[in-house]
Amino acid sequence: MPAIESRRKAELSREQYLDLYYYMRLNREVEETMTRLFRQNKIVGGLYSSLGQEAISVGTAYALEKRDWLAPMIRNIGALLVKGVPPRDIFTQHMAKYTSPTKGRDGTSHFGDLENLHIVSPISMLGDLIPVMTGVAIGGRYLGQKIVTMTWIGDGGSSTGVFHEGLNFAASQRAPFVLILENNLWAYSTPVQRQVPLENLADRAKAYGIASYIVDGNDVVEVYTTAKEAVERARAGKGPILIEAKTFRRRGHAQHDPAEYIPKEQREFWEKRDPIALYEAFLVKEKLLDAKGKKEMEEKLTSLLEKEREFAVNSPMPPEETVYGGVYCTGDGCHKIRPKWERPIAEVMPPKSSVEPVWTVEGFGRGKNSSGKNAPIHFGDVPQEQKTQETQERSAKKSDKKPAAKSAKKAGR
Amino acid sequence: MAAITFLEAIKQAMFEEMAADPSVVLIGEDVGVYGGAFKTSEGLLEKFGWERVIDTPISESAIIGAACGMSYLGLRPIVEMQFIDFIVCAFNQITNFVAKGHYLWNAPAPMVIRGPSGGGVHGGPFHSANPEMYFVHTPGLKVVYPSTPYDAKGLLKASIRDNNPVLFFEHKFLYRRLKEEIPAGDYTVPLGKAVVRREGKHLTILSYAAMMHTSLEAARALAREGIEAEVIDLRTLLPLDEETILQSVRKTNKCLVVHEDTKTGGIAGEIAALLCEKAFQELDGPVLRVTSLDTPVPYAPTLEAAFLPNAQKVFTTAKELARY
Repeated sequence: MPAIESRRKAELSREQYLDLYYYMRLNREVEETMTRLFRQNKIVGGLYSSLGQEAISVGTAYALEKRDWLAPMIRNIGALLVKGVPPRDIFTQHMAKYTSPTKGRDGTSHFGDLENLHIVSPISMLGDLIPVMTGVAIGGRYLGQKIVTMTWIGDGGSSTGVFHEGLNFAASQRAPFVLILENNLWAYSTPVQRQVPLENLADRAKAYGIASYIVDGNDVVEVYTTAKEAVERARAGKGPILIEAKTFRRRGHAQHDPAEYIPKEQREFWEKRDPIALYEAFLVKEKLLDAKGKKEMEEKLTSLLEKEREFAVNSPMPPEETVYGGVYCTGDGCHKIRPKWERPIAEVMPPKSSVEPVWTVEGFGRGKNSSGKNAPIHFGDVPQEQKTQETQERSAKKSDKKPAAKSAKKAGR
Repeated sequence: MAAITFLEAIKQAMFEEMAADPSVVLIGEDVGVYGGAFKTSEGLLEKFGWERVIDTPISESAIIGAACGMSYLGLRPIVEMQFIDFIVCAFNQITNFVAKGHYLWNAPAPMVIRGPSGGGVHGGPFHSANPEMYFVHTPGLKVVYPSTPYDAKGLLKASIRDNNPVLFFEHKFLYRRLKEEIPAGDYTVPLGKAVVRREGKHLTILSYAAMMHTSLEAARALAREGIEAEVIDLRTLLPLDEETILQSVRKTNKCLVVHEDTKTGGIAGEIAALLCEKAFQELDGPVLRVTSLDTPVPYAPTLEAAFLPNAQKVFTTAKELARY
């Protein structure tokens, strides 16, 4: 970390430095408030901590613009706060209150906002957000919006099938998509070495021919500046990017898990690398924060969170009858999302839409034997010789297909 | 009026919806340059370009996930599963992500997942499936399974315009075996509405997709023996048109359900329960079912014939039911 401090300093304004500090503190205070609520039995279900990982949620989401889209995972409360979600939404979600964004229908960080904040809700199945956010990215490109999409995955989630399907698809589409891989060394009780035989999970990017970075996940400035570079790279049409942020999960998988399986030495090592303490020392040294400024910020946080906590605690549970309704989108007012075209629609409608692709794969599409309406189908009524011929054509075509994305790896900074 | 095949009806529906609405896009394996494994999207790439007709890697979860993401921006993606059998590769994405979004966080996902389904064409155990009931059990989805070219076109158009995720099954046995005259202009067929294909008074046969034609064939044979069967085409399995079903059964007092899906957990069981709950007093006999056997779809023509329902089996069971 110290090696990069002076170089990075020039890139951020004083306001940005203090923003990063504020959101990391907010992230931690929100979670500590929830830990107290959990102990008071006010949280209905599980509580998942991102203690020690705040620099990743905050630093990466801070690199996004308002128009950009994100989808958090369970340990990305910080990203939601940066994107503009008020703490009360996070409290009410965990407490299953009727005033929560999902009106008590789901908990934790499982909520979204398509219209204003551009947040897609996660589900508990890991990896599913990767193709979904790829879809948002290519949909945005189609509409002419210059958006970038971002989501997160853990070391554990990087072994799911849909992680690979999604990242490969994103690569094949050169989607403006940034994936943050938070390697916190533990998937519940299983250490990363038992999950993946790789030193760096960023190496997974090589398999898709996409760029990757490795960052110290406990250094918010490094996280932010790298994410910023990645976001702009993706926005410029250079394809998806994988950032591995190395960190450590300081609490158990959830509140109920004392995490006794974690070696003492490992825990002690990381306890000394608290991202907020490290950053605070840096800010003080660089004279960006003094005792007075810190006190003011803390007072602001305390008063905000007390107000937000009160709101959540005093909110009602959802009335029983609200269990009904909303399974389907029905009625005129239900679907309010209209495509926001930022390019002429004529470009995607005939006759202009029959354009060539902006990138091509050599050989792809040649040798097509279009027999029009008389084209055979595979089963039922196809003479054997025709079927064989067709199968050969198909396999020949498939072997021509190659990923178009360029490999531009930049790892191990 | 021109007579077109079921396949052509699908193609026309996609073509017309894409021509009318720039938010409609098509995504799937080999749908672009190749025009789809069954040629249902032939010519769409040339007309609408690579941004709207998207060839993908073989990654069903990624395809459906991406379509869901696109729908969040107000787009209306049509997803083609090359064979509907492969839809289960994306089971989690459909049942957990796509289906639950509106109830949980008010996120509509207007998208259609369509593809060739069904047996009778010697496709074997992995190219003949009828996986509709996995999804009929999932609140938040709609499930459509047409039996005629007219309905295929009208229902697909209605599905594309619907604000919910719709699973659209196309029985591949019907793709080129049926021709029907359809109106020249734009029309839709509403989702969730069954239709009476043949009126009758002695018993009701409920069916859909390819088995609708088998049921009609059996009904003609029954008529020769003086049994008038009312044949109803369900068309949409979720939501089920309870009203049309109950109306017919209250008239005939007997019900036989015919489907190509396997027996256990098929829609026939659900319909039997529905009739017990809502029309028990009006039933003069048991609700019977003619379905495929509870086995995987076998490959050999002899085995597949034994596996599938046919007009003879429907005829025999219907005669048995008529005796009550």
